[in-house]
Amino acid sequence: MSSKPHLLPVPWHRLLVVQVRAVLLAYWRIPLFAIFTIGLPVMFFAFFGLPHLHQQVNSHLSVAAYILASLGAYAVSNVLVYNVGIGQAQTRARKLDLLQRASPLPGGIAIAATMIGGLVLATISLVALLLVGGLAGVQLPLTNWVLLIIALLYGAIPMLGLGLTIGYLGSSGNLAPALASLIYLPMAFASGILIPLSQLPSVVRAIAPYLPLYQVGQLGWNVVGAANEPALKAVAFTAVWGLVLGALAVYAYRRDQHRKFA
Amino acid sequence: MNIPNSDVGAAVELSNVTKNYGRVEALHDVSLTILHGEVVAILGPNGAGKTTAINLMLGMRRPTSGTVRLFCLDPGDRGARSRCGVMLQESGVNDVLRVRETVDIFRGYYPSPLPTTRVLELAGLEDVAERKIEALSGGQRQRMYYALAICGDPEALFLDEPTAGMDVESRRAFIGGIKQQASDGRTVILSTHYMEEADQLADRVVVIDRGTIIADDSPASIKARVAGRRVTFTASPPPLEVDFLGLPVSGLELRDSRVRFHSGQPEQALAAIFRRGWDIQDLEVVGADLEEAFVSLTTKREAGLLPDQEAP
Repeated sequence: MSSKPHLLPVPWHRLLVVQVRAVLLAYWRIPLFAIFTIGLPVMFFAFFGLPHLHQQVNSHLSVAAYILASLGAYAVSNVLVYNVGIGQAQTRARKLDLLQRASPLPGGIAIAATMIGGLVLATISLVALLLVGGLAGVQLPLTNWVLLIIALLYGAIPMLGLGLTIGYLGSSGNLAPALASLIYLPMAFASGILIPLSQLPSVVRAIAPYLPLYQVGQLGWNVVGAANEPALKAVAFTAVWGLVLGALAVYAYRRDQHRKFA
Repeated sequence: MNIPNSDVGAAVELSNVTKNYGRVEALHDVSLTILHGEVVAILGPNGAGKTTAINLMLGMRRPTSGTVRLFCLDPGDRGARSRCGVMLQESGVNDVLRVRETVDIFRGYYPSPLPTTRVLELAGLEDVAERKIEALSGGQRQRMYYALAICGDPEALFLDEPTAGMDVESRRAFIGGIKQQASDGRTVILSTHYMEEADQLADRVVVIDRGTIIADDSPASIKARVAGRRVTFTASPPPLEVDFLGLPVSGLELRDSRVRFHSGQPEQALAAIFRRGWDIQDLEVVGADLEEAFVSLTTKREAGLLPDQEAP
C-alpha cells in the first residue's frame, strides 16, 4: 500500500457514471416507485383518456391525444417533484449525505447524478405512458411522439429545481412530502393538466398562465395542436422559471451545507 | 493536476485550531501533528471534541480559526480525499441496496480500490454480501461501514468510534482487523472512549477533554498517568489536607474520617500514610476506570500540574 505511487483522483465523468448508476439502482430497488411513477399516470389515462378515444376536439385533435399530452406533463413533473424531491429529503434525513461528503465524491457530482437519475426516471415514466396511449389507439405522427418527449422533458426542468428545493428545505424528512403535496398538487390542478383549463374557475384561470406547470402543459399541447399560446412563449417562460427555481434550489442546498459542514 | 510529494510532511496537521458551534466552543486552540504511518487514538469522554477534531481533519467542518492540512493539502481537496478512508460515527447508506453493491459504489470513488472480494473478506462480510443493508445486524452494519472505509486502499484511515455498539467479542476481532491495516503502513486515526482499545491499537494516545488536548503520549505513559488506583479508607484521627502534601495523590476527597484519592503510585502513597500512625480501617485499593482516570487527568490540569497542551 505505502509503496503505491500517488494516484490522480477518479476523473469527473467516471465518478458521474458510478453515481448515476447508484441513483438508478436505488430507484430500482424500491418497488413502490414503479407503481407511483409509472402506474399513476397510466391509470389516470385509463380513467380519463380511454373513454374519449374516438372523440375529437376538432378535425385534427382527438380528446385522448389532448389528455395524453396533459398527463405526460403530469407524469414528468411528478417524478421530479416527488421522486427527486422527497428522495433528496430522505437522503438527508437518513444522513446518507454525511459519508458521501467524507468520500472523494464531490458534492456537485452527487447532485448532478441525482438530477440525471431523476430525468432518466421521468423519461421512463413518460415513455411508458405514451406507449400505453399509442397502443390504445392515440394517433400522432412519429415526429410528434419524439417532439412530445423532448418538449415535456424541457418543460419539466423547472420542476427539478422545485423538487430539489423541497428536498433541501426543512430539517426533517417528514416536511418534504407535505411541502410537495401542498405546492405541487394544487399547482397541477390550477395549471390545467389534470382538469381542462376551460373547466377551471375564472380566478384560477387568471393565475394559471404564471405557473411553471402550465408552461409544461402548453409545451405538450403545442405538439398535439391543443395549445392556446405559442410554443415560443412557453419555451421562454420555462427558461425563466428554470432560473428562478434553480436559484431557489441552490439557495436551499447552500443553506443545508452550511448547517452541516461549516 | 499537481500532486505534491507529501510523504515528507505530516499526514494530518492541526495548527492552533479553534472551532465554535454558535457560542459553544468545541475545540480550543488545538495543535496536533500526525505523521505518516502513525496509529493514533484520540481518547476522551463524550462531548470532549473528538468528533469535531476528526471532522476538521476531513474537511467536514471548517475551523473557526487556525489551519488544518491533510497530506499537506486543504482537507477538501479531492487528491487528499482520495487517499483517505472514513468511518463516521453518525452516517447512513442507502438501506435498499445490497452490501456488495454499496461496496462497489464506494470503490468507484477511489482511483485504485481493493478487489471487492478482498474488501468483503477483510471486513468479514462474505456471508452477507448479497443481503440488503436494512437486513443487517448492528455489528454487521458497523463492519460494512468499515468495508467502505478500507475499500479504496487508503493511505490514512479515519475511524470515529468504530466499535460503538459492538459486543466485547466483535470489538476484539474488529480491533485485530484495524491492527492488520495499521501494520501495512497505513496511518490510522481512531477516536474512542475505551482506554483498552487505545492501548491495544495505538502507538500514541491523544487525550482530549473539553476541547483541549490534555495529554499526548504513548499508551504506556498515559496509562501510568491515568490508570492509577483509587484508594479509600477511614482513618482516625480524621486527617487534614496538609497531611497529604508531598504524596503522589490526586483528586483528594476528605469527609470526616473518610479518605479517598487517586494515585499512580499507591504503594508509595500508602507506605507514607502508614507511617503517619493513624488507625486505618476499611482500606480499599481498586483499579481506576476510565471515567475516574479522566477525572484524575482533568483535576491535575485544573491544579496546574499538567500543561494544557503538550508537544507531540
